[in-house]
Amino acid sequence: MSITLVMSSLFFGGALAWYIEGVKAQSARWIALLTVIIVGFYFVISITTAGLDFSSLQTLVRLSWISSFNIEYALAVDYLSLVLVLLTLFLAVICVLVSWQEIQTKTGFYYFNLLAAIAGIIGVFTAVDMFLFFFFWEVMLLPMTALIAIWGHENRHFAAIKFFIFTQVSSLLMLVAIIAMATIHFQQRGQVSFFYQDWLTLNLPLSTSLYLMLGFFIAFAVKLPSVPVHSWLPDAHTQAPTAGSVLLAGVLLKTGAYGLIRFVLHLFPQASMEFAPIAATLGVVSILYGAKMAFAQQDFKRLVAYSSISHMGFVMLALFSFNAIAYQGAVLTLVAHGLSSAALFALAGMVYSRIHSRDLGHMGGFWQTAPRMGGFALAFAAAAFGLPGLANFVAEFFSLVGAYQRFPLLTILAAFGLVGSAIYGMVLFQSAFQGKEANRGESSKVDDLSKRELLVFSSLLALLILIGFYPNIVLMFFQDTGQTLVLTNTAGGQ
Amino acid sequence: MTNSLPETVLALLPFYPLISFLLLIGFGKRLSWHMAAILSVGSMALSAISSFVVINQLSVQSPILTVHLWNWFELGLEGSLTAKINISFYLDGLSAVMISVVSGIGLLIHIFAAAYMKEDENFTRFMAYMNLFIVAMLILVLADNLVLLYLGWEGVGLCSFLLIGFWYQEKANVLAARKAFIVTRVGDTAMAIGLFMLFKELGQFNINALTENANMLWTVGDDAPYWIALLLLGGAVGKSAQLPLQTWLPDAMAGPTPVSALIHAATMVTAGVYLIARMNGIFLLAPEVMNYVAWLGATTLLLAGIAALAQNDIKRVLAYSTMSQIGYMMLSLGAGAFSAGVFHLMTHAFFKALLFLTAGAIILALHHQQNLFKMGGLLKRLPFETALFAIGLVCLMALPGSSGFFSKEAIIAQLWSSNTAGPMLWYCAIFGALLTSIYSCRLFFLAFMGEKRFDHELQPSSSKLLKLSLIALAVLSLIGGIFANTIELSLSAVFPSIEPLNLDEPHWLHSVAIAAPFVGILFSWFYFSNYRGSNKENYQDNPSALVLFCRLGLGFDRLYDLLLVKPYCYLARLNKNDLFDQLIMLNAWYVGICHDVLKSSQTGKLRWYAAAIGLATLLLLLTLNIESFSLEAS
Amino acid sequence: MSAIPLSHILILASILFSIGFVGVISRKNTLFILMSLEVMLNAVGVAFIGAGSAWHQADGQVMFILILTLAAAEVAVGLALLIQMQRRFKSLDIDLLSKLKG
Repeated sequence: MSITLVMSSLFFGGALAWYIEGVKAQSARWIALLTVIIVGFYFVISITTAGLDFSSLQTLVRLSWISSFNIEYALAVDYLSLVLVLLTLFLAVICVLVSWQEIQTKTGFYYFNLLAAIAGIIGVFTAVDMFLFFFFWEVMLLPMTALIAIWGHENRHFAAIKFFIFTQVSSLLMLVAIIAMATIHFQQRGQVSFFYQDWLTLNLPLSTSLYLMLGFFIAFAVKLPSVPVHSWLPDAHTQAPTAGSVLLAGVLLKTGAYGLIRFVLHLFPQASMEFAPIAATLGVVSILYGAKMAFAQQDFKRLVAYSSISHMGFVMLALFSFNAIAYQGAVLTLVAHGLSSAALFALAGMVYSRIHSRDLGHMGGFWQTAPRMGGFALAFAAAAFGLPGLANFVAEFFSLVGAYQRFPLLTILAAFGLVGSAIYGMVLFQSAFQGKEANRGESSKVDDLSKRELLVFSSLLALLILIGFYPNIVLMFFQDTGQTLVLTNTAGGQ
Repeated sequence: MTNSLPETVLALLPFYPLISFLLLIGFGKRLSWHMAAILSVGSMALSAISSFVVINQLSVQSPILTVHLWNWFELGLEGSLTAKINISFYLDGLSAVMISVVSGIGLLIHIFAAAYMKEDENFTRFMAYMNLFIVAMLILVLADNLVLLYLGWEGVGLCSFLLIGFWYQEKANVLAARKAFIVTRVGDTAMAIGLFMLFKELGQFNINALTENANMLWTVGDDAPYWIALLLLGGAVGKSAQLPLQTWLPDAMAGPTPVSALIHAATMVTAGVYLIARMNGIFLLAPEVMNYVAWLGATTLLLAGIAALAQNDIKRVLAYSTMSQIGYMMLSLGAGAFSAGVFHLMTHAFFKALLFLTAGAIILALHHQQNLFKMGGLLKRLPFETALFAIGLVCLMALPGSSGFFSKEAIIAQLWSSNTAGPMLWYCAIFGALLTSIYSCRLFFLAFMGEKRFDHELQPSSSKLLKLSLIALAVLSLIGGIFANTIELSLSAVFPSIEPLNLDEPHWLHSVAIAAPFVGILFSWFYFSNYRGSNKENYQDNPSALVLFCRLGLGFDRLYDLLLVKPYCYLARLNKNDLFDQLIMLNAWYVGICHDVLKSSQTGKLRWYAAAIGLATLLLLLTLNIESFSLEAS
Repeated sequence: MSAIPLSHILILASILFSIGFVGVISRKNTLFILMSLEVMLNAVGVAFIGAGSAWHQADGQVMFILILTLAAAEVAVGLALLIQMQRRFKSLDIDLLSKLKG
């Protein structure tokens, strides 16, 4: 299997879409759709036939890139990367489908940016050379900023700049930490190395590793995002085009969690043990603060954005409780939240395309004319507040059960996030779909879902229900890794 | 794995309504009334038949029937052990009682609802929700582990939300639905925390294994069972509308009447009672919590009884009476009289469903008039409904011979010398019985006696389905007492027998208990005599401040509003722009200020630039000179 | 030959330079600014020649020739700009050229 092929075909597919736009404007989206579908199938087929055991990192490519610094082009995957790449590719299809009607200007360039961002994200999930990782980290950032800045809503430039500055500043800290690690490798082994598996074997004194861990931690906490560095997210989400929001919430936030798992927890087990109480507290604060802020919002997308902050708090809490159950919960939250928040943002986009407003005050009574949409909205809001039977419940349940083993008090506080999420979920659903039909002038009638939208929603809901009732299709990959992670960390901590 | 026939029947039992739900939602309004009604009622009938088939399989030799469907997920423990959470059903005496109530009463209410809601444009949606509710409720009572129980628990909460807000275009209904969901969610959260604690302590969610492990690990009065039982009680209190989370139930009457009958009287609100009965193993290890349960039940039954006295809406009277009757069940559980509590749950389901449905039929006949002060004189005009309602009230008051009598007397009889209750609670229960009969009489006098006080012509429904289900419920309410022995027998395998304290019970206990409702009737006959009279002046509803206070639920709503809702909204409004964002944007503001300052120095005037360059050079030369001087000087 | 002391020459150069500088920053007319610039350049040239003769080295005179050439080139460009300026703005006021302000 070749991840390189996946990434480059996404990139060139996007470039082709860009080129085609000049020839025949309507073809761009078909090119993009075909590209993501073919790449998705290729990926699924190649991992099932690869015959490798992905429970540990399997290096796929390792080529010399910048030899003077011993920088390599190295890609490796394990189940964590595989699941996240699969999620990315699935949401890529959703992204193209929700952009179908929405994007009318510069369509080719739009799909180029979309696919380039997806290629970058896949690179982030698979790179094991830290320089390469940083490279992909930037690659996914630029097209994302472009998506927000060019095709966003009324305040798009502000949001794009804010998004860019936040991620850029924090990733500079990570760059410093990466260079420092390479230098430490030089001091200990006599040569510079950016290779992840080399770093795993380094011996770091606690104080140094604490600083280096913070460098990584801040970068990933901004991306996750965690309170108090979350505030780029509501603006970016609100202003981004629908597919941008779906991509942001669905996978871009997951790169933060992925980084925490792959780098912070594995490279600095001892330091992260030391740091765990603070990180877990940040997680709990995010859960409660996000839920409370979501309730206060009038803007549909802003509300969902804050709910994402709340959900990502569960990931932070679960990861830093060093418990196999909580670890599985965190991974499952990534998948479940990827699907459910993508669905909610897609819903926001569909509502916006009908009434040209995101203001909840202008909504109401949609159920009258759009019962299907209402049913799906209810299901996705229910997913957001963790209704059992949907994937998010299992994820939150695992996270909290696991976290309770280590941080009982914090977990009890976090559990009140369940009340908070019920409140904002209800507000969201009821003010949009129930009540009297708001007076919106001529556009008062809201059409029900089209076939394309139905396809988007039903595929997302089907996955949520499937994982909700049979979570083992995701969890079976993580039983062993969870155990080993816990073992290495507790061993490092003692 | 091959299942025997009863196991297959049990496995499929909750899923017939699910299929019906999916079909109803999928086809929506394309289905005719006949199709939708046959589909939803038929699926319920299948479930009800299955229930009776499997219950008949239970016997003294094999009191338990289990069926394993699939493995939901596994929670890893220390080493390679895992706690398997299965989708498995567990049928014993307790769940048998519950599924017979849920599917039996559910079937009758579905029949009623098919007739009652016939004219509603969203009939299919209504029946779909009702079916979904039954699915969740059946899963709740059949679950063999607490996580699956929690699934049903949240599922019924969601359906309750949907059905309260069924007429979603009215703002009041929407808000009532939201309130019901969020208030119960508070309880659910307590329960969830209880589950986390249980798992940490015992590494299990399977109910039987939990009870066994708990009895091995803990002794009576340990800290762990105390906290766990208290948290589970939190969940039960939320769902069963007991103090302090009772405020949602009266507002939940915003839903259509069959919903009030099915969810907010017969089944869902008794889920809390079921939970405590199911987890009796844990609760018995925490006698203090049992005592709290008893006192909570007693307080709720008295406060709800008082509030019921002041209502003017017929459905709200019944809602408060439901709270009060569930208070009896809680009291009974707290006293350790589990089977009496569960028996009362069953009889209450019969007669309260009857009362609500008859009230629904009356409301329909009166063109959706629910105000008691605008009724009157229905005795002559609606004799059929009056008779049914009277039967319901007789059971509610627990007059001898009715089903309510058997169950309520069974509760009261065990209070005096219980370990965890006592004489004080016995007096509460007796006073509660007095209150029950007084508000029942008031309701009856206002609605059925006196003069007619409504303007429209009556439109009694002539639907046979409607009458059929009402008659069936009335029969059940009247003869429900004959199940007493069967229930006692089947529950004896579930609940441990508790030795009562060896107290001297006064010999007058039973006579007082039987007499209490009659005293109440006698009292109201004279006290509310003006409600029976023909003088219309007596029916002016101008409540005093005290009555108004009681009518609004004894101020709990206002208290919570002041303590919780207002501060939360205030905080949310206060911080609408996100404090952290403001702090971070302070950086941007600062950079902006610096930018403005520097910008003002850039005038674009060449001569200024030249002057600045000259001046700067001069300064530079000067400083260099001073330095070289000081160097020379040193 | 009685040599003029270097300090005198430098003082003369500084005075000339200052006069030129003051002219640059106080005149509005671009033509006068250019002339003042010439004065400044020549002041530097005087300083170079003085220094060259004081140390008996030819470098100072070489530099002066360089400055002369530079001044000629600068005047050519400057006068060309001046003509353009007169055409566009109908004025030689240097303060009108302030498009580059922030």
